[in-house]
Amino acid sequence: MGFKLTSRRVFDSTVGIVAFLALWEALPQLGIVNPGYLSPPSAVLGAVLDLASSGDLLKHVQASLFRSFAGLLLAIASGVSLGLMMGWFARVESVLDPLLQFFRQTSALALFPVFILFLGIGELSKIAIIFWASFWPILLSTISGVKQVDGLLINSALSMGANRWFLFTKIVLPAASPSIFTGIRLAGAYCITALVAAEMIGAHSGLGFLTLNSQEVFQIPSMYAGILLLAVVGLLLNFLLALLERRFTYWRRGLRHGG
Amino acid sequence: MAAPKIIARDLSMEYQARDEAGREERVPVLEGFDLQVREGEFLSILGPSGCGKSTFMNILAGLAHKTGGDLLVDGKPLQGINRNQGVVFQGYALLPWRTVLDNIAVGLEIRGVSKAQRLETAREYLELVGLNGFASRYPHELSGGMRQRVAIARSLAYDPDVLLMDEPFAALDAQTRETLQSELLRIWDTHKKTIVFITHSLDEAIFLSDRVAVMTQRPGRIKEIFDIDLARPRLPELRNTQAFVHYRQRAWEALRDEVTDITREPAAAATHQNWQSIATLGGYRIGV
Repeated sequence: MGFKLTSRRVFDSTVGIVAFLALWEALPQLGIVNPGYLSPPSAVLGAVLDLASSGDLLKHVQASLFRSFAGLLLAIASGVSLGLMMGWFARVESVLDPLLQFFRQTSALALFPVFILFLGIGELSKIAIIFWASFWPILLSTISGVKQVDGLLINSALSMGANRWFLFTKIVLPAASPSIFTGIRLAGAYCITALVAAEMIGAHSGLGFLTLNSQEVFQIPSMYAGILLLAVVGLLLNFLLALLERRFTYWRRGLRHGG
Repeated sequence: MAAPKIIARDLSMEYQARDEAGREERVPVLEGFDLQVREGEFLSILGPSGCGKSTFMNILAGLAHKTGGDLLVDGKPLQGINRNQGVVFQGYALLPWRTVLDNIAVGLEIRGVSKAQRLETAREYLELVGLNGFASRYPHELSGGMRQRVAIARSLAYDPDVLLMDEPFAALDAQTRETLQSELLRIWDTHKKTIVFITHSLDEAIFLSDRVAVMTQRPGRIKEIFDIDLARPRLPELRNTQAFVHYRQRAWEALRDEVTDITREPAAAATHQNWQSIATLGGYRIGV
């Protein structure tokens, strides 16, 4: 079954957005809500265009993307490899698990002062907080993915003479990949939250900084522009991760037919 | 006569468990298990579920460890996985992320066969099990019977001497099951392997085998072995002949005591229903 863009479908998916934008435009324009607090979408769009033409938009988006990607990629690399080790070697897990249970309850925001203390106010501490927030869901879902691999698949491969390397790379890793990607998708969402927090606490660039700074200097339209752009970045990241997930777990969709 | 392919001598297997009071206890699964499997024969091990027949197969496959006795394959004590054996499980055990063809080629891949060569071999076995045109399907797109065909092709593709089959057709509906039994005989006829076939179905064991070994209740051992002197090739109609019914009655008589004993034993309450259904089934069949 293909995804068909029927006119009804297009209507259904746009009608809510259009109604929302209309209401948002009307409320401040009609003076029902103070336009000083709520800028209408037309003004927000204007602010986005201004930011784009001055080059500030690119600067902020670049800074935010760099931080979130750096933090997320580090979290994926380390979370997946540690998770695989912990899921595979029971001993590694029993040693590290109590420690990790404690750390995962430690809020990334609470640790920010520590990161600043050690890593300074620059990029490193921001990447560290994003890393911390994204790391845990990836680690935990990788561990559970490895532990939940169907024992029958392992036994079957063993009975054919598979060695540990084959078991790990050709059975455990693909079998665990759906669970790993669930963790990565979740990490994508956490990563944006941590990004905003980091950029609001101590930064001179980035969409989080833009949002808070605009409010402080009472540039309300560009404050809303910052919020909107953060949402766009979040959507974009989720979309990218969903693509990646599809690439690696296509066999689960049941849509591919041979020929 | 040639030396037996597989010899199990006074084989035993037990595991530690905690009883209801939390005390450690030893649970014997196999005890005094003796069996000889001849080269090239089709031998079925028949027993009610829970009697330890799958445990024997896991030991033979190298997936479980015996706790006593001897187990020789080709005259040598079995150590770890025997690469000359193929195993077919009831649950198919196909890799869901691989196409049918790539699944069939797994064993060859493990043996380091080149990609071109293993896909070519896999195609031969795909054809053997009658699944031409399904090469690039994924397992979830196939029916249970087709999945088991893939699993059989996979275990044959690396050309083992012995095929171990652990209730391979138990999850299939009656028609598919009978079709696959005939298919298996056809394949066995062209690729002479030694087959050890685990089942709890009297009909299946008799229809397929040269010899049927009946097991006792747990702790399991071989109670009785008898030859099935029915001519081959065996056609489905064979099931309705007088000779077949005779063998069925004989097998049921051997099995019945084990089943009825168990139903009287309160400790086996968890599997009670299981025994009963077999007893009913057997009773019904004898009445035919």
